[in-house]
Amino acid sequence: MSFPLLTAILLAPVVGIILILFIPEREQLTIKITAAVATFVSLVLSIYAYVAYDQAAGGLQFLEDRSWIPALGVNYSVGVDGISLPMVLLTALVIFTGVFASWDMTHRVKEFFLFLLMLVTGVFGVFISRDLFFFYLFFEVAVIPMYLLIGIWGSTRKEYAAMKLTLYLLVGSAFALIGIIALYLYAARQLGYLTFDIQTLATVQYDIGFQKFVFFLFLIGFGVLVPIWPLHLWSPDGHVAAPTAVSMLHAGVLMKLGAYGLIRVGVFFLPEGAKFWAPLIAVLCIVNVVYGAMIAMVQRDLKFVIGYSSVSHMGYVLLGIAALNTLSLSGAVTQMFAHGIMTALFFALVGNIYHKAHTREIALFGGLAHQMPRVAAGFLIGGLASLGLPGLHNFVAEFLIFLGAFTREQELLGGVLTYRALAILAILGIVITATYVLRVVQRTFFGPRKEAWDHLEDAHGVEMVPIVVLCATLILFGLFPSLMGDLIYTGVAPLVAKLEAARTIGGIF
Amino acid sequence: MAVWELLSVELLTASLGLGLLVLGLLVPRGQKRGLGYLATLGLLGIAALAFTLREAKGVVWEGYIIDPLGTYFKLLFLFAAVLTCVSSFEYIGRLGHGEGEYYALIIISTLGMMILASAGELITLYLGLELMTISFCILATYRRGDMKSAEAGIKYIILGALSSAILLYGLSLLYGSTGSTFIKDISLVVNSGGVTPLMVVGIIFLLGGFAFKMAAVPFHMWAPDVYEGAPTPVTAFLSVASKAAAFAAFLRVFFVALGDSHSLWAEVIVALTVLSVVVGNLVAIPQKNMKRLLAYSSISQAGYLLLGIVAFSTLGIGAILYHSMLYVFANMGAFMVATVFYNADKSDEIQDYAGLARRSPLLAAVMLFSLLSLAGIPPLAGFVSKFYLFMAVIDQGYIWLAILAVLMSMVSVYYYLQVVKVMYLGDPPPGRPVIEVPLGVQIALACSLATLFLFGIYPTPLTNYAFSSAAAFFH
Repeated sequence: MSFPLLTAILLAPVVGIILILFIPEREQLTIKITAAVATFVSLVLSIYAYVAYDQAAGGLQFLEDRSWIPALGVNYSVGVDGISLPMVLLTALVIFTGVFASWDMTHRVKEFFLFLLMLVTGVFGVFISRDLFFFYLFFEVAVIPMYLLIGIWGSTRKEYAAMKLTLYLLVGSAFALIGIIALYLYAARQLGYLTFDIQTLATVQYDIGFQKFVFFLFLIGFGVLVPIWPLHLWSPDGHVAAPTAVSMLHAGVLMKLGAYGLIRVGVFFLPEGAKFWAPLIAVLCIVNVVYGAMIAMVQRDLKFVIGYSSVSHMGYVLLGIAALNTLSLSGAVTQMFAHGIMTALFFALVGNIYHKAHTREIALFGGLAHQMPRVAAGFLIGGLASLGLPGLHNFVAEFLIFLGAFTREQELLGGVLTYRALAILAILGIVITATYVLRVVQRTFFGPRKEAWDHLEDAHGVEMVPIVVLCATLILFGLFPSLMGDLIYTGVAPLVAKLEAARTIGGIF
Repeated sequence: MAVWELLSVELLTASLGLGLLVLGLLVPRGQKRGLGYLATLGLLGIAALAFTLREAKGVVWEGYIIDPLGTYFKLLFLFAAVLTCVSSFEYIGRLGHGEGEYYALIIISTLGMMILASAGELITLYLGLELMTISFCILATYRRGDMKSAEAGIKYIILGALSSAILLYGLSLLYGSTGSTFIKDISLVVNSGGVTPLMVVGIIFLLGGFAFKMAAVPFHMWAPDVYEGAPTPVTAFLSVASKAAAFAAFLRVFFVALGDSHSLWAEVIVALTVLSVVVGNLVAIPQKNMKRLLAYSSISQAGYLLLGIVAFSTLGIGAILYHSMLYVFANMGAFMVATVFYNADKSDEIQDYAGLARRSPLLAAVMLFSLLSLAGIPPLAGFVSKFYLFMAVIDQGYIWLAILAVLMSMVSVYYYLQVVKVMYLGDPPPGRPVIEVPLGVQIALACSLATLFLFGIYPTPLTNYAFSSAAAFFH
């Protein structure tokens, strides 16, 4: 048997947890180094998987399969394809840099890294699972450590935000759970045997009414996590209250779990259901894009700006899903990766500033580029990525999504609205994004030097790890989009084939 | 298999109980700690024996059935009794009276549950029930001189007697309309379509009586007061084992004797389920006392177990078996922490748990994971068992019921997290020392925690056992 690569990626943080359990609380540096090494192992293995993935063959690779609960057809089976592999890489990059972003942590360090690694184990698990039971199991594993991480180490109304986030996510996952069980039992009647295998479940022809109902459950369940408007209320509060590494992981990766769930479970299993609900997603996502950006514009707290910009940017992902064609879906997956890296970069930088200045009030800053040139440079790169500057990865993603949505010729609301019109509205969102990003950059970093901030030290030492790694990733994939584009295409192709084979069905409106 | 061999578990339990009672009189005052150890070891030995007999099947006489389902429940009672004994050493030792009788009573009530789980005849069933209930009445009042404990005892005696009377009345009506007290014979009468109005009245009385023992809404009012007042280890035992025993007897009477009149009582069970899940979870939210919180949570757990009854299928029974076994470990884990905490701080108020994570990481971790398991959060065993329960009802087409139950279990996360918040986010009050956990309790805590994780991550062994027991019982 070959080396269980994906299991190793999953278990590296678990080994880290076990090791940290036995390190005394006062040896903080040892704990941090252990966490860094554990996540570094995951990162190296993820990069190896990314490089070794055979694009010509496509499909699921690095398969492992072990019978787990035979009575119910549950198998521990893992594998990655062109959609999940970028997500695994994203997770590995964000958690690795997140550990370094928390290097200055001094309060209850042991528990912090324990919960952080627990959280990331859940996230890795979701992306590599090929079995729906494990998919859901890992999905929920991520929630509770999040509560404790925000509740203990957070800032700004942390207890309120932590509870709000947890309840939103759990109620959402309750809907997803019902959907998953319904799907499983329906398939069992068709197939004549019990299985949770994602590939097998996807071969079942589900009844149209059933598809509409279950896709709706998934839309709520995974939509909360994306977050789809109007279920987004937990997310800005959560981002702001969370400690730096958790914000990074949260906005960078956890929100992608929702979009990934919608694609992998929603669209892949229930193509007709997806077609039926696509118009609703398309309209809501425009609200996400425009409304999120407008709210971001009036924020006074740096972290809230990033929080709402995430709501806005995830709207593009939803648009990509709603348009349901090769270009748009590839764009959606690309955007998930690019936005994850970009937003993790933002949160790392804001965390860095907050740790030193003890405030995030934009109005108080100004001319920080004099004191913190490296942070300013990183923030500028992130900001330019955010507004879709060519040469950075986000441009590729947004371009694909707009192109995909624009080429979809379907009318909504009896001809009042078209996807084309929605694409144009979404592009307008970019203009608003440019406005608020540039305003924030200008007010925070440029302008005359303020002496009040002279005591701020620029990022140095390990603090540079997140900035360098994340910026480099954005630029690398921005300059060579085919490094990821071809891979994603191999993942999206079977999805689109399934959509094309699906019966035609009108949208909800 | 010889009769004495089939009955060996019960025989040994009875001898252990009576032996301890006698030994308790011989041992001088102040040197009775050993009785607790003896009880624990004895129960562990009996559990090992029961495990080897898990496949045994036979009829001692028509009124006493040994089958895998019954033995599964007996194992469950034994595990609960072992954990109860371990957590009692310190607590009962400090009360300073009746140590010998205490362990004997725990074991005799276990015997009552065993009889309940194996009864194939209504009078035998009633006998087991009373053996269990009366032992619990004494145990609930064990904190002599404490008003709340006395209140708990009186409440349990009066309401317990009332519910037993109701149940007995139901049994007599059932006998009156079918002419037999044997479950097998009753099922034959029901099978041939002979459901009379008299029997319907009997069924209603039976449902009421059983719902009282399960602490299902609206027959739950006794539970919070009794749970709060009784000594904490007794509360723990009461909440897990007596509930499971009621389910065991319920399965025999309703699935076998009255199985063919399923359509008659199914809707009533749905109503009980909905009420228990909703009321139990919502009323738990404002609770300030740990034991009352766990009382309401255990009311809601009765509702989740009832989901398996609603399903009326092998899958449903298997889910009940799986859930009730893990409920033992999760709930006992939480109560053991409460007991240790009470021994150290003399308080059961949730706010006093502030900063427990700093005073004793082990206690806080066990409480955290036990509560999360009760809430059904993976990778803990409670997740798998709730998954089975929801699957069982969705399989029968009750999607709305599953959605309600899942949403309510998310509500439960809210109040469980309130406790977690106090333990992890709060700061310990100044001057409070680190809590020392006795070695025996440490081992018991570690075992329950390990069980919760093991069967959450790799549920197969217990799943196979539970589902094969269910399949042998119900086709």
